[in-house]
Amino acid sequence: MKKVFGRPKSLKSNPYHYCPGCGHSIIHRLVAEVIDELGIQEKTIGVPPAGCAVLAYNYFDVDMGEAPHGRAVAVAVGIKRVLPDRVVFTYQGDGDIAAIGTAETVHAANRGDNITVIFVNNAVYGMTGGQMAPTTLIGMPSTTTPGGRVAKRDGLPLDLSQMLAVAGGSVYIERTAVTTPKRILQTRKAIKKAFETQLEGKGFNLVEILSPCPTNWKMDSLEASRFVDEEMTKFFPLKVIKDAG
Amino acid sequence: MVGEAAIRAGCRAYFGYPITPQNELPEYMATKFAAMDDAVFVQAESELAAINMVMGASMAGARVMTSSSSPGISLKQEGISYIAAMELPAVIVNMMRGGPGLGNIAPSQSDYFQSTRGGGHGDYRTIVLAPNSAQEIADLVGKAFDLAEEYRTPVIIMGDGMMGQMMEPVVFAEPIDPKSLPKRDYTLDGAKGRPSRIIKSLLLDVRLEEEHNWKLMRKYEAIKENIVDYEEYLVEDAELVVVAYGTGARIAKGAVNRLRESGLKVGLFRPKTLWPFPDKTLREIARTVGHFVVYEMSAGQMVEDVRLALEGQSEIYFYGRPGGVVSTPEEIARVLSSRYYRFNPLEM
Repeated sequence: MKKVFGRPKSLKSNPYHYCPGCGHSIIHRLVAEVIDELGIQEKTIGVPPAGCAVLAYNYFDVDMGEAPHGRAVAVAVGIKRVLPDRVVFTYQGDGDIAAIGTAETVHAANRGDNITVIFVNNAVYGMTGGQMAPTTLIGMPSTTTPGGRVAKRDGLPLDLSQMLAVAGGSVYIERTAVTTPKRILQTRKAIKKAFETQLEGKGFNLVEILSPCPTNWKMDSLEASRFVDEEMTKFFPLKVIKDAG
Repeated sequence: MVGEAAIRAGCRAYFGYPITPQNELPEYMATKFAAMDDAVFVQAESELAAINMVMGASMAGARVMTSSSSPGISLKQEGISYIAAMELPAVIVNMMRGGPGLGNIAPSQSDYFQSTRGGGHGDYRTIVLAPNSAQEIADLVGKAFDLAEEYRTPVIIMGDGMMGQMMEPVVFAEPIDPKSLPKRDYTLDGAKGRPSRIIKSLLLDVRLEEEHNWKLMRKYEAIKENIVDYEEYLVEDAELVVVAYGTGARIAKGAVNRLRESGLKVGLFRPKTLWPFPDKTLREIARTVGHFVVYEMSAGQMVEDVRLALEGQSEIYFYGRPGGVVSTPEEIARVLSSRYYRFNPLEM
């Protein structure tokens, strides 16, 4: 019998702890597939965030170094500067990268640090139980915005990718989603392009992936995917935000 | 001085953020590293970023250093806690200045608690070295890297603005080629021909976290056993001993020399490791010396370790000047002689 589908080599066989309907499992798989395809498993070092994906080190079968909340990019910069011929990526949520880690990210992008950032945007703090994130949409309820996010009180959602596009050293930034097969394939393409950008030594690159969080959004999986496609993409349109390669 | 000693010790990675009074050091590293192919210098966007770059560089196997001064060291504490938890080596230089808050940029010793008690969150310690001369800085910087790697733990070198700007002749150690250093078997450099590795500090299972804590504590016990370092100066026949470190000890030594000229039997005990504190030796000295004066350029921090070491066995008097005030040897000599004559009245 011919095997047509299996676990990527760069993923361990540990069962995921992620909730049903969460995008992390898909995104992990896509990253692992790309690492396999590019043949870089033995030279890749990953840096997970604090948040739901902190346990990413249990899933990726590459060297993994944990970072404090928000500091994944700084840790990755330290690794990459010392080992410039390795492939270094961070895997971060929106709270991690767009709130507490904004400074580290903006400056790494501006310096053109040659790393890959996988930025999973689910518009909420997942691990801590559904508080407002910098990316929470206007009107979207969270445990710290019970009646929904109000611009006047809470500010507008932050489009970090757009901010990073302005930075002189960022080379490739694309926003995708993992809600439909087509979008999943596009996400895979974007992740591959990001890693290739790094392999070519071009500079800072990032893929922002809109990802459903049914648990904290209090929706079922289909509703959550629909919310990504119909609501999140209004503020966070899916597109190549920068391609200066 | 610190920079040259670090480069000679094989340090090839430096990450920092400007703050007075220590800017000469990053400037030196930037200049030297610019001409070296195998060296990394990054002026980070903050002390937070700098210490996390240090963490990454250490994961990647580099001999890595950062430096700052008091307010910046506060910001680095988060990272230092993680580095201690992950059991990574790193050297952190603190050129202390007056505080709390923004304070001032004058020489001070007010970060003793912060450095010797851990500083960041959680049950951990850092090795703390306190040189008091240019030569000792040159020697201790190399030692700091060795200790950091031997015990896989952050090492803090405590100085102050006065020490940072001091000009003294120095004999440097022969340069070490970093490639000649033993390769660490826990670094992250890509899992080529070996299983992939994880460096982390998250231990959700309380039993594992407790076990990890006890492992760290056993390491700290070994450090206490093995690396305590101090200087005794004219202690042998002394009736009163002043305990001081770093710049404070230089001033105190001047005071001791002056008083010895007048025939007063005073000596100096100078911890070179602030953690681990040389408590056993101090207790030993207290068998023959009944009177101690602790002098610090702070409102009194190391004095607590002296009290713990002597456990009420001896009279301990504290004299300190916080806020960046540097005492003169005359001032300290007056303090010491007034204490001395309390138990040793002048014969009329």
